[in-house]
Amino acid sequence: MASSSTSKYNSNSLENSSSKQNLKDGTNWEQNEEIPRLPGETRVTDKDVIYMCPFNGPVKGRVYITNYRLYLRSVENDPVVILNVPLGVISRIEKMGGASSRGENSYGLDITCKDMRNLRFALKQEGHSRRDIFEVLTKYAFPQSHSLPFFAFVNEEKFPENGWMVYNPMSEYRRQGLPNERWRVTFINEHYGLCDTYPSLLVVPYNATDDDLKKVAAFRSRNRIPVLSWIHPETQAVIMRCSQPLVGMSGKRNKDDERYLDIIREANGQISKLTIYDARPNVNAVANKATGGGYESEDAYPNAELSFLDIHNIHVMRESLKKLKDIVYPNVEESHWLSSLESTHWLEHIKLVLTGAIQVADKVSSGRSSVLVHCSDGWDRTAQLTSLAMLMLDSYYRTIEGFEVLVQKEWISFGHKFASRIGHGDKNHADTDRSPIFLQFIDCVWQMSKQFPTAFEFNEQFLITILDHLYSCRFGTFLYNSEFLREKEKVTDRTLSLWSLINSDKSKYTNAFYSKELNRALYPVASMRHLELWVNYYIRWNPRIRQQQPNPVEQRYLELLALRDDYIRRLEELQITNNSKISNSSASSTSPSQMVSQVQTHF
Amino acid sequence: EPIEKEVNPHLLPGELLLCEASTVYKYVQEDGSNRGTYGKLVCTNFKISFLDDDSASDDNEPQFKNKIVGENDITLQCVDQIYGVYDEKKKLLTGQLRKYPEKLIIYCKDLRVFNFCLRYTKEEEVKRIVSGIVHHSQTPKLLKRLFLFSYASAAPNNTDGRNQTVMFETLEDWRDELERTKGNVKYKAVTTNEGYRSLEQIPCTEEFTYFSHLMNIFLQIWCWSCHNGAALLKMSTFPKEQDDSTSQMQKAFLDGIYKTISKPPYELLKMDDLSSSLPSLQDIQTAYTRFKQLFLIDNSTDFWATDVKWFSLLESTNWLEIIRRVLKKAIEVAECLEIQHTNVLLIEESATDLCCVISSLVQVMMDSYSRTKSGFQSLIQKEWVIGGHSFLDRCNHLHKSEKEEAPVFLLLLNCVWQLVQQYPPAFEFTETYLTVLSDSLYVPIFSTFFFNSQHQRDTNKVRVWYFVDAVGPFRFLTVWDWCVQFDPKALAFLNNPLYAEKPKPDRSQRKTARFKHQRQLSLPLTQAKPSTKRGFFREETDHLIKNILGKRIGKFINSSDEPPNSLREFYDSWHSKPVDYHGLLLPRIDGPEIKVWAQRYLRWIPEAQLHGGGTIATAAKILDLMEEVQSLQVKMDEEHSQAVSGDAHSVPMLRNSARLSSLFPFALLQRQSVKPALPTSTWKDLEDEDDLVKRDDEFVDLSGDML
Repeated sequence: MASSSTSKYNSNSLENSSSKQNLKDGTNWEQNEEIPRLPGETRVTDKDVIYMCPFNGPVKGRVYITNYRLYLRSVENDPVVILNVPLGVISRIEKMGGASSRGENSYGLDITCKDMRNLRFALKQEGHSRRDIFEVLTKYAFPQSHSLPFFAFVNEEKFPENGWMVYNPMSEYRRQGLPNERWRVTFINEHYGLCDTYPSLLVVPYNATDDDLKKVAAFRSRNRIPVLSWIHPETQAVIMRCSQPLVGMSGKRNKDDERYLDIIREANGQISKLTIYDARPNVNAVANKATGGGYESEDAYPNAELSFLDIHNIHVMRESLKKLKDIVYPNVEESHWLSSLESTHWLEHIKLVLTGAIQVADKVSSGRSSVLVHCSDGWDRTAQLTSLAMLMLDSYYRTIEGFEVLVQKEWISFGHKFASRIGHGDKNHADTDRSPIFLQFIDCVWQMSKQFPTAFEFNEQFLITILDHLYSCRFGTFLYNSEFLREKEKVTDRTLSLWSLINSDKSKYTNAFYSKELNRALYPVASMRHLELWVNYYIRWNPRIRQQQPNPVEQRYLELLALRDDYIRRLEELQITNNSKISNSSASSTSPSQMVSQVQTHF
Repeated sequence: EPIEKEVNPHLLPGELLLCEASTVYKYVQEDGSNRGTYGKLVCTNFKISFLDDDSASDDNEPQFKNKIVGENDITLQCVDQIYGVYDEKKKLLTGQLRKYPEKLIIYCKDLRVFNFCLRYTKEEEVKRIVSGIVHHSQTPKLLKRLFLFSYASAAPNNTDGRNQTVMFETLEDWRDELERTKGNVKYKAVTTNEGYRSLEQIPCTEEFTYFSHLMNIFLQIWCWSCHNGAALLKMSTFPKEQDDSTSQMQKAFLDGIYKTISKPPYELLKMDDLSSSLPSLQDIQTAYTRFKQLFLIDNSTDFWATDVKWFSLLESTNWLEIIRRVLKKAIEVAECLEIQHTNVLLIEESATDLCCVISSLVQVMMDSYSRTKSGFQSLIQKEWVIGGHSFLDRCNHLHKSEKEEAPVFLLLLNCVWQLVQQYPPAFEFTETYLTVLSDSLYVPIFSTFFFNSQHQRDTNKVRVWYFVDAVGPFRFLTVWDWCVQFDPKALAFLNNPLYAEKPKPDRSQRKTARFKHQRQLSLPLTQAKPSTKRGFFREETDHLIKNILGKRIGKFINSSDEPPNSLREFYDSWHSKPVDYHGLLLPRIDGPEIKVWAQRYLRWIPEAQLHGGGTIATAAKILDLMEEVQSLQVKMDEEHSQAVSGDAHSVPMLRNSARLSSLFPFALLQRQSVKPALPTSTWKDLEDEDDLVKRDDEFVDLSGDML
């Protein structure tokens, strides 16, 4: 996918004589073709261009455009420069220079990508060559704006594993020991009648009737009522998620909501208060009253304790990432790196999200109090907090499959607005709904895995792959804003799941150092002394700043593992032969010294 | 309730108890609470030590323990600053005291912080212990009062001398090194008079390298030769005041250089005046003083308060930037040697500070032998100990003058650490090795870091020799005898399990090379020829120096900002290839690549602790696996030699590594709290984006729905 990964393709693809190749991204490559293609992928156009590589200067090459990707291969460079970019990552396509532009390579296209890079191509000025390529690119990069389907719907790949089977809400709740005498499963939202951004299956207090739920829904923004996300197996304390209460300027109250929260509080069998974490900064929560929202007041909820976690809104996060891109792409700020990094606030935001999640997790596991988490709508910051807290508390989510379940559950099924936040296939690059909330969550997970390198079954490649396909539109996993819409579009029937790709080749995504530990809370240290910029993701396009792949420490470990297994195998063989010797020798009552010589000559 | 109990300090040979105080309360640094333990505070001629009244905690012996300096020991040289607390106010304690504080805070050079409460101690004892500690650790001292000497007198000759480290104390060592690097084609090791003062044998031939045990003045010294024959040399600038003999010496010497480079084959020589192309010692000292302050943390509140602006605080110290510049300079030099085949002459006032840093770094990068433990130790001997780095003055061991103090050796270790963490398999030693080496700077039982020069060391050795009533040959301990400080179990943590040894054939080659040497030893040294150009010499050399310095240095000065293209090319092309861990190694120096040496700097800070995390988590897994493989190996051998295998089926003993702290092997905090560390002060300030901050995620008027 990168110009920097040139040699990798060069060495094993271009000069290889076998007729069919498996590329790193799982693409098959027929030998008689110029470019790799997925089943269902069709070529649309190709053109001679000059790729204005920010690291190596202008590169003459040919660009191929399919309904899935933009592929560039250099014609003169050695090693060959390759660009392999799924069109889904394109955020914006701009024309640069006019017909009268004079400067060398000043006429062409500038493509802004969602994955922290820009691509610039210079074209010949004559013969509409730019208009054609611009139109083709625009059409296939933004299919939603051209009434075309996402590539996921025409993708004909086959995988041995079916990723859609990974998450089954019922079995996930059963794994948590639910339903039980205090918590029940409700089908009230089966046809998304109660809340169209929630999943159809919800877990609620046993003592709350479906009627109660309907009344509570009226008092919660977008009907996103408090429902259970996770239950602590020992303390029975729970993590609940919801949206803000519709308090408004007049400070409205709702008896049903108040009673419902009290039922939740009592459900863990403790007499302590219910802790409400409002993810927002205090001022924002107050400001929300003006538009009808707000937070739980002390008067109305005397048995609840409210704290604000000071996590900023989606716009602040978007701007922060924009600033981060400015300091890492194309060139990394050299001499004032640390203060530049600080000025983006990106890691400070990460720190706040992690701090909030630690508080949630700590409350549930040691405070023995149930926790209710919300922000405004309960699909951005709330999802970050609940999923990270669950990752800290439940080691199942630190496995490959567990993490897939976590993402499916807390993010996809609970209506994180992937379509709006990412802008899949949508040409409106300046849409203020876009925000890197999910990226921020994955970054937090990466920070945790960096701090605890043996605690996660998955490796960095797993996280990067998830992020790559967050944008690629090759899989249906992250398409659309809600389960309701996904069901309407029959996503599970008509597209493939990202987890099919991953689970079919698990070893690639497995952390060699993983050691399984059950029931251990994992608290990262949310200190800037430990937080790091995820260089392998944010600066991966820069060939100057690249971590050694494969990781030498991991490689050494794998070598040792192989050595151990080899020893164990040989030892077993040896014991079998020795044992047979013993039975022989005891029969003939040989002296020990004779036995030794026997064995030695044998080997 | 303090319990009086007789606890005696463990004293080393030659160590004397100077003063003590009982019922001292030592706070646990862990949190703001006043938890702690009562005990006795003692001060000896070697260390300050806190003796826990409740010494039962010794039951669980830590895996990694220093035999000389315990958890609650502070050597007098390790004390950085002492503060007294009077009515909640901190005051720096130096020299004579009029009033005695109720609390004593000791900041150590290895970044530990000790808090002692003296409120329950008898007034007389407070007076004695406080003034004792301040006097013995903070006031100027005579060299002969260093514990080194009393220890050496009391425990002479207790080193086994079997050390693989090349000490470079003899001519043979230098010859071997020349041979090893094939530098002997052009350079020759010569010695000056055994008195180290006069220089009658200045070699004025083109083979002019010499090492000298000169007081502090080095003219030029060969450091290392690259495989292509290009050599790294270092030279001091000339002292301004010259007496007759030194000026003659310089003349003769410069003549040597002149002849070398003006006679065919014309060899290129690049001069690099490090005092103008690198930060000054003063800059380095200032930066480090600011930097270390960030890690001397009093309590949890302090920790989180500084966390908010951590990156800009780090940057404002300039320490990481200095590391980056030094690494960059080393890359420049490596490029000259490797690509341009040019000799490089490093120049500095005394050639014993930044010259040592750069020459050592270049060798670590270019010579894989320097990345082995014995190779690195030999390098330190060659460049620093024999090379004449003024350890006494730079560490201010004698509290003579703060002006001379500069953490130059620490700077090297910091730079090497960057390489160690960037290329883990390339080094035979671990970061823990570097950390304990940095700690050893303050342990005055080894002579290694307690002299300004070899000359000073030797003259003082003679003095001690007379002290001791002729109990056989006298030797100072060298720090390279690691078993003095650590037992074998702890020593294992200094060896890098990831290190892949160089293929064997090379080793045998070195052995034969050494062997060959023995024969060459008998060859007579070339006699120095007297210079024939005496009268005209000054003008000529001035001209030469002007010529060379003018041109070359100009180029190098510019390079610190924008490297010449060839350098960038060299750097980029090296980084685009797979790493050969036994070949040339270039540090990555872009902003995100220069990191804080967390083990050394964060190791005593409980807030920074990750339970079961950090790099130690993977390292422990590798160690466990290696142990398992080894025990399997043993079993295999047993199976081979013994047919009766029966009950020997025990599973290999594994370390319980599941919950090691990331601070391992240093801070062994037994009192682990289950509570996660939570920031007490978080940042909320986003003035510049006010309009964004105030917005809601998506603007929808919810009150409309309600109507």
